Amino acid sequence: MSDNSEFRPRIAAFFCNWCTYGGADLAGVSRLQYPPDFRVIRIPCTGRMSPKFILQAFRQGVDGVWVSGCHPGDCHYIAGNYYARRRFTIMKNLLEYVGIEPGRLHFSWISSAEATKFQATATEVVEAIRALGPAKHMIKDIREVA
Amino acid sequence: MQARADKIRETAKKLLADGKVDVVIGYKKGTVPMREAPFFAYTPEEADQLVWTSFCCGNLANFAIRREKGEAGKFAVVAQGCVSRNLVGLLTENQFARDDIHVIGVPCLGMCDRRKVADKVGGKLIVEVTEEGDELVVSGQGWQEKVARKDVLRDNCLTCQHRNPVISDELAAEAVDETMGGDIDFTAAPWEKLDAAGRWEAFTAEVDACIRCYACRDACPLCYCHVCFVDESQPQWCGKTQDEADVASFHVLRAFHCAGRCTDCGACESACPVGVKMRRLTSKIEKDVRELYDYEPGMDAEATPPMSVYRPNDPQEFIK
Repeated sequence: MSDNSEFRPRIAAFFCNWCTYGGADLAGVSRLQYPPDFRVIRIPCTGRMSPKFILQAFRQGVDGVWVSGCHPGDCHYIAGNYYARRRFTIMKNLLEYVGIEPGRLHFSWISSAEATKFQATATEVVEAIRALGPAKHMIKDIREVA
Repeated sequence: MQARADKIRETAKKLLADGKVDVVIGYKKGTVPMREAPFFAYTPEEADQLVWTSFCCGNLANFAIRREKGEAGKFAVVAQGCVSRNLVGLLTENQFARDDIHVIGVPCLGMCDRRKVADKVGGKLIVEVTEEGDELVVSGQGWQEKVARKDVLRDNCLTCQHRNPVISDELAAEAVDETMGGDIDFTAAPWEKLDAAGRWEAFTAEVDACIRCYACRDACPLCYCHVCFVDESQPQWCGKTQDEADVASFHVLRAFHCAGRCTDCGACESACPVGVKMRRLTSKIEKDVRELYDYEPGMDAEATPPMSVYRPNDPQEFIK
């Protein structure tokens, strides 16, 4: 969508400490360029991710959410990402079912060695959310309510 | 219905008189028509008040986990299909032991929706509803009308898949057909056919009337956290106002917490004072769980609930 070309989205990015966070670090150290539109929140494991975090991010006005962790089988805590995967599936389906546009929620598995995958995914996520424009739903605008 | 009520009463009296249970959790006649109230019978005399009608719309599994402190003894619960499935779910979640409960199973013919009855008689003030076979006799001041039960069944009862109790120590009637005939896959997740904007519109229109009384949460046997997310204040996940975002967050998260646990008993919709149809949300999750993880809540006490287990090859097409 061309009318969103000037739009810089705000994205909450929840990265697992053990892989994607390291992957982002490696991408930076390797001087790989990627769009700077997401704020990284470090979590110990994607298994620590609660659906509440996603809704809270939307409440506070982000345009999209990106959650990323270790590849299945590589979890530092053995199986955190497997449990997370089921929760993501249900939550993503539910949010899209109530009308959050597909493309506002992103999930990925990126290891700490995959700097190029991090770069590619970051670009893809930002572009997808930028194309959708500002978020319209689930935002708690305190000024409007008060 | 009357035969079932008699049998429940007789069973309850016997259990209490023999000292097999401390209390029988059932229904008594409500103070207003079409709203039978949960009732705790502690003595055989009190058991006389137990009833079974077309309006036992709550979920008694809820009271199996919300008893007074210090009430540790064995208890009996009157349970139709959905309630017995919730009891199984609570057993799986270690809320009580199988030996602590005595299940008086009731093969269920479906419960009626008081709002549908009110619509049928044109919104006239209803003073009394009695039952004659497959018909409800609805009467008010100076009028009386007959309504067929099948025309006013609750939505969830129309698509019920398990009308007979899954666990029971004794039955209050002969087993009935397992399903009511409705197609759950056809009615589940009604907003799926809309686009994103249409879905949001349909969702917010549905929950627009919500006054955030949390009756749906309180009526639900799945909701027994000591501190609910709506009451947490640091951080506050969900504001206390009727702002669209707060109401939407509440309903989305409440539905999410039912994932892989909801038995579609309909207590939430029956409890709602403003008629929000929250099953339109929970049915979507239920459908996902059924299709993705091949799981039906409350059918097997040995099975692990789908959200606390995983398979290495779970579907993940959406994950990059």
